[in-house]
Amino acid sequence: MIFNARSAWSIYRRELWRFLRTAFQSVLAPVLTTSLYILVFGSAIGDRMPDVGSVDYGAFIIPGLLMLTLLGETTSNSSFGIYMPRFTGTIYELLSAPVGVGETLVGFVGAAATKSLILAAIILLTARIFVPYEIAHPVFAFVFILLVAASFSLFGFILGIWADSFEKLGIIPMLILTPLTFLGGTFYSIADLPAPWNTVALANPIVYLVSGLRWTFYGSADVSIWVSLSLTLAFLVICTAIIAYIFKTGWRLRD
Amino acid sequence: MSEPILELSGLTKIYSGGLKALDDVDLTINRGEIFALLGPNGAGKTTLIGAVCGLVRPTSGTMRAFGQDLQKDWRQARARIGLVPQELSTDMFEPVLHAVEYSRGLFGLAPDPARIEEILRSLSLWDKRNNRIMELSGGMKRRVLIAKAMAHEPDLLFLDEPTAGVDVELRKDMWHQIDMMRARGVTVILTTHYIEEAEEMADRVGIIRGGKILMVDQKDAMMARLGRTEAHVMLAQPLDALPPAIASFPVELEEGGQSICYRGGDGTGKGREEVADLTKALIASGIDYVGIDVRESSLEDIFVSLLGEEEEQAA
Repeated sequence: MIFNARSAWSIYRRELWRFLRTAFQSVLAPVLTTSLYILVFGSAIGDRMPDVGSVDYGAFIIPGLLMLTLLGETTSNSSFGIYMPRFTGTIYELLSAPVGVGETLVGFVGAAATKSLILAAIILLTARIFVPYEIAHPVFAFVFILLVAASFSLFGFILGIWADSFEKLGIIPMLILTPLTFLGGTFYSIADLPAPWNTVALANPIVYLVSGLRWTFYGSADVSIWVSLSLTLAFLVICTAIIAYIFKTGWRLRD
Repeated sequence: MSEPILELSGLTKIYSGGLKALDDVDLTINRGEIFALLGPNGAGKTTLIGAVCGLVRPTSGTMRAFGQDLQKDWRQARARIGLVPQELSTDMFEPVLHAVEYSRGLFGLAPDPARIEEILRSLSLWDKRNNRIMELSGGMKRRVLIAKAMAHEPDLLFLDEPTAGVDVELRKDMWHQIDMMRARGVTVILTTHYIEEAEEMADRVGIIRGGKILMVDQKDAMMARLGRTEAHVMLAQPLDALPPAIASFPVELEEGGQSICYRGGDGTGKGREEVADLTKALIASGIDYVGIDVRESSLEDIFVSLLGEEEEQAA
């Protein structure tokens, strides 16, 4: 397979530049929102909440809140990244260039994933101001965040190609991802839910993401880390396959 | 000039709604020429460009550029093709220099600040290099699109309606830019509504309508073959009938015998000679005249007449 690194680098650099150009909206806004969640639920209310397992409640919710921001921002960034050129017509340049699915994904998805990693790092550093927490498995945490960022960047890319209006672009993150993350154990442990809800909750795919990230922080979670990792990897492979198919057929890209 | 750089054969595009935008198009473009594709709105000009540049998937047919199959060896071929779209499609928040550097990188070329500077200077954009594109006038924005298309040094450049919405002065400036591209050895294919533009710039002209190429020829040959001279001789005294001395000319009386209309020639100047002979014959016959209006048909006349004939045949 031919891969033109210069083309991929150009797309990646330009997308990051776009991110920095709108830093106020793309960095400050999510960091502020997440910090407020941590401040209110973690620091202010958290002191009056019982520990979850052996973890202080304020610290317990940090992985979930990080996942909430990560999923929303990654999906939005990536979907906007490809939707805007389609909307404004500037995609002609990408389609007429000698670049294939490889360069496009490394450029767009790589940049979206990088933005998410930067965002995650800022959020974790900010959270440390309000709530003391430790990361038990930092390497696992990094790999897991990277996997989630990459797979949801791919997912956002698909969304950006599928959407034919700004409304559709916002539907999935706002009406599906955010509610599922709230119900996916961000603020509580699935194990504490009464039956049959503790079993029903396992049908929510976000449970595996929140649980996986929580394990990397505190070494314990509702679901095995290997199940979380495997499902995230499977999601990444499925999204990649869908995008490869889109490029092969030209669906919504080429008339 | 005769080495083919682009060969389209049986190219057909039927959109999902059933519209046949290209209908069995055969077209060969030669290296170094400026080719103008003329046609009314919806004729298939932009679809043809889109098919070659990878924006449109052809339904059938073959496309070869630089001897390579555009559908199989698209990477190598596309790296040598540039496109200036009809719409001003670019990130308006981006500075000019940034946008042009991006285009070069996207096409896989290493950064070359000297070359980028040369392109920007040639388009009078160097002083605006740090301006955001949204701050530029319409004509300058179009230049940015040309600079972006030239950034990867294409051998074949498509200009889709390059002077649409551009004032006369800028249009002439754009023609100068196209001339400079020709001087650099770039093959240019331009679509245009302005027939004057094709007349001014093109070596060869193609006329497309309803997705079909009606005619392709050297501009001069087309003018010679289809061109006409039209002359109106205003008579001092009206005539009731044509005098025998001029009966052999392609003439007729008009305006109640107050003038004689000549329609003939072939676009090579033969018509003007015949008009001179006609006036001599009139004088020899003692017929006086007070004025002569002579006009050579333009490419526009030929274009309109061809499309008219096509419509009549279709009816």
